[in-house]
Amino acid sequence: METFLFFVFAVFAVAGSLGMLISRSPVASALWMVQTMLAIACLYLTLNATFIGVVQVLVYAGAIMVLFLFVIMLLNLEQTPRLSAFTWQRAAAFVGGVAVLALLLTAVAEQTDVFPSPTAVAVVEASDEVAVVGPEGEVAVIEEDEAAVVPLDPTSVEQIGVALLTRHAFTLEIVGALLLAATIGAVLLAKKRFT
Amino acid sequence: MDLTWYLSLSAVLFTIGVLGVLLRRNVIVVFLSIELMLNAVNLTLVAFSQAFGDVDGQILVFFVMSVAAAEAAVGLAIVIAMFRNKLTINVDELRLFRG
Amino acid sequence: MELLVRLILLPPILVAAFNGMMGLFSPAYRKQEWLLGGLALAAVAVPFAVTCMLFFGFEGAEVVRYFTWLQAGDLRVDFAYRIDELSLLMTMIVTGVGSLIHLYSIGYMHGDSGYWRFFAYLNLFIFAMLNLVLAESLPVLFLGWEGVGLCSYLLIGFWYTDLKNSAAANKAFIVNRVGDFAFLLAMFIIFKTVVDAQGGVFGLDFATILRPETLALFAGPTGFWVTVLLLIGATGKSAQIPLFVWLPDAMAGPTPVSALIHAATMVTSGLYLLARLSPLVLNSGALWIIATVGAVTAIMAATVAITQNDIKKVLAYSTVSQLGYMFLAAGVGAFFVAIFHVMTHAFFKACLFLGSGSVIHSMHHVEHELEHKGLIPSHHGGHGTPHDSEAEQNTLRHSPLPYDGPFDAQDMRTMGGLRKFMPFTAITFGISTLAIAGFPLLSGFFSKDEILFRVFEFGQSAHIGYMALWVVGLITAVLTAIYMTRAYLLTFEGSPRWPDAMDTHPHESPWTMTVPLVVLAILATVGGFLGLPAVFGENASWIHGWLVGHGDHLGPVADSLDPLWSAVSPYELEHHVSHGVEWALLGLGAAIALVGIGAAVFFFRFGKRGPEADRKARKVFGLFYTPASHVWGWDQFYNATFVKGTVEGARKVFAPFDKNVVDGGVMGLAGLVRGAAGRLRGLQTGVVQTYALAIVVGVVAVVALVLFV
Repeated sequence: METFLFFVFAVFAVAGSLGMLISRSPVASALWMVQTMLAIACLYLTLNATFIGVVQVLVYAGAIMVLFLFVIMLLNLEQTPRLSAFTWQRAAAFVGGVAVLALLLTAVAEQTDVFPSPTAVAVVEASDEVAVVGPEGEVAVIEEDEAAVVPLDPTSVEQIGVALLTRHAFTLEIVGALLLAATIGAVLLAKKRFT
Repeated sequence: MDLTWYLSLSAVLFTIGVLGVLLRRNVIVVFLSIELMLNAVNLTLVAFSQAFGDVDGQILVFFVMSVAAAEAAVGLAIVIAMFRNKLTINVDELRLFRG
Repeated sequence: MELLVRLILLPPILVAAFNGMMGLFSPAYRKQEWLLGGLALAAVAVPFAVTCMLFFGFEGAEVVRYFTWLQAGDLRVDFAYRIDELSLLMTMIVTGVGSLIHLYSIGYMHGDSGYWRFFAYLNLFIFAMLNLVLAESLPVLFLGWEGVGLCSYLLIGFWYTDLKNSAAANKAFIVNRVGDFAFLLAMFIIFKTVVDAQGGVFGLDFATILRPETLALFAGPTGFWVTVLLLIGATGKSAQIPLFVWLPDAMAGPTPVSALIHAATMVTSGLYLLARLSPLVLNSGALWIIATVGAVTAIMAATVAITQNDIKKVLAYSTVSQLGYMFLAAGVGAFFVAIFHVMTHAFFKACLFLGSGSVIHSMHHVEHELEHKGLIPSHHGGHGTPHDSEAEQNTLRHSPLPYDGPFDAQDMRTMGGLRKFMPFTAITFGISTLAIAGFPLLSGFFSKDEILFRVFEFGQSAHIGYMALWVVGLITAVLTAIYMTRAYLLTFEGSPRWPDAMDTHPHESPWTMTVPLVVLAILATVGGFLGLPAVFGENASWIHGWLVGHGDHLGPVADSLDPLWSAVSPYELEHHVSHGVEWALLGLGAAIALVGIGAAVFFFRFGKRGPEADRKARKVFGLFYTPASHVWGWDQFYNATFVKGTVEGARKVFAPFDKNVVDGGVMGLAGLVRGAAGRLRGLQTGVVQTYALAIVVGVVAVVALVLFV
């Protein structure tokens, strides 16, 4: 079942991205992109990453893509002409892209053995408790060297929240500052000042 | 489900993103391609997170999304400003840095 | 003691910095002449008082060490100062004469726009000079040596708007560099010799150098070359052949500077150096060179001095000549006599210079008055109304001056009869003239006579060749009497020779200028009694006992013929000169001075004959007179060889080298970069996708490298 779902959503994702690449109108590109985003969100769900999947839909497919569409409409762009004639630049770009793909696939195929088999155990530290995530997704909470196995919560939102606000609290603050700066910067840049 | 399949899919999506950046003239589509590349990498991260059983991969994805959102906001603002000045958003017509 | 030495050294430098900084940043302060000058005077007077205290309470040589200046390998130089008989005496002269000249300068420099600058430089000079005479090691002495050279440069070129003055300053500096270079080489040799032989850390300090076992290292050719190099250094600073040419030009500076730096103190530092290292010099086998240089310089400069018309030039050549005397004394191993003459010379020559400054000061007033009356063309070249320029034409047609050319306040041909207007200046100048001429019982008589006596004695005991130098010294004494009497008569006696002399009168200078004159004249009169000749008793000469030693006590200065220093000196007194001969020599010295003075008085008819007497002399002694008036061609020689050689060399060799090789290299490199950039700029298409493609290619290359290699 899982494998089947993966292939279905994989086909959707690749199809959407190819559509984005090929379609002449920016609006069509953006809509194709939305399809890819949604397919990837579903792939996240197959990976048990419920929270990320939801955020993907909300932030990417929702907010960011709407922003793109909004800008495209705002600028009222006419359809761009077909890809212009052959140039060395385009040929080289194509070759480069293919090379990237070949290398990435080679890397994936060759390095499979060094990937951790899903038996590895990661340690998650939360306050004075130590949580151990087991191979099947169960979490062992160790209190002062005492180990206890608890089943992994499929949403795992709680873990993400704990991790975000404990170990990554500083990063989170910085991201907050970044978003604020981006907001101010965007407003300043987009203000009608240059005319 | 094997990790390899997720990584391969991610590689394909990334490559399509690269091609989009290199081939498309419309700067908004270029942006979209960049977002696609980011998504491909996100997919890799989540897949690894699942394989390692480590929640940190997902945290990283969360941060990548935040940065992507900021980037999209600023980038699109730049596009708007640029369009006002040049009346075009074709990257091959914007050659201010030509030597 | 540490505090006292601080009190000697620090006031001049601190006040120099204060006056310099305040003057630089506060134009209002520049106008506070009394405050400025008073501070500067105090900065020299305080060290003088401290030195007097040390001098009268002197109990034995002492070394004061402050901090390490530099340390590198075997070299460690401390800021250490030596208080002993020699350095105290020199410090007394420097600060004492320095104080008087500071006082004098307050009046002399009045109204000058560079008043603050002048006193800052002057105090800096005092600091450097004190460093020089108090230093315990050669590097610290060298620091002072260079410092006085710098101040000399700054003060010669004090009125730097006149290119002539700047050129003179440059000349002084460059000529001195030659000597400094030799001095440095001497220091290197000393350092190498001592460290090679004894090992350990060595700071070129006098305590080590003058130790018997160290002195033994310099008994051979090493000592000879060290002494020759030191002598070259000394000839630079002390204006001897072959490096004397800068001193006459140095008269371009303000007159108090000429008195302080170029007569009383700085130019004697070469002598001081030789005296300080006298145990080394004595045994080097190079004494005859020093004596010959001194004697030849003395007579050469004396002949030149007779022919000069500029009053300061006369005194400048006189200084060179007297310094030659001092070198002659050093060259017979009588270093204490050299220092004795340094002292008396400081008194009377400072007085003469200050007197000439006073004269020039008043002649400037005469000049301004004459300009005002329109009797001479305006100094500043300003043309007023047509009427004025007509008057100028008239004056030019019947030039009122006794020579061609513009009015010159320093030219003795325009002076004459100044005694009536400036009695103090005339009397003090006259006394000093008699002193330098060797008039019996004045200071110059004793010191010069002692020099001649020691040369005579050395000639008897060591080598008969020195008798020739003795004769040269005698002739120089006659010439000295003649040229100084001539200068006095031309300036102060006879009748005034400037235009409109009936109505235009010079005035006596203010008290700040006359007081130093009087004090110096008194010193010039009695200073000689510090070094009475031996005929007046065994220990009659105070300075001999002070510097050379008395009883069992050894002083800091070696002596060739004194039994106290027989361990160091290779010479000994073989023929004791009897008292009778000594008296005869004293009488001869007196007679010679009187003959010289009398001859000059007769020739100039006690001033009634002015420049026409010179013209007569030129006719009679043309063979000598003409080359002497051209300084025997030294300047022409240097111009033709070194100056022209350097300039021509630069033009013929270095200019093409610069143009072709250096410029070619630089321009070629620039062209290369420009050409490469012209080609490479094509890479910057400005299309962002090209850049992205480049990144992709780079990524592919790197990843492939990681994967497959």
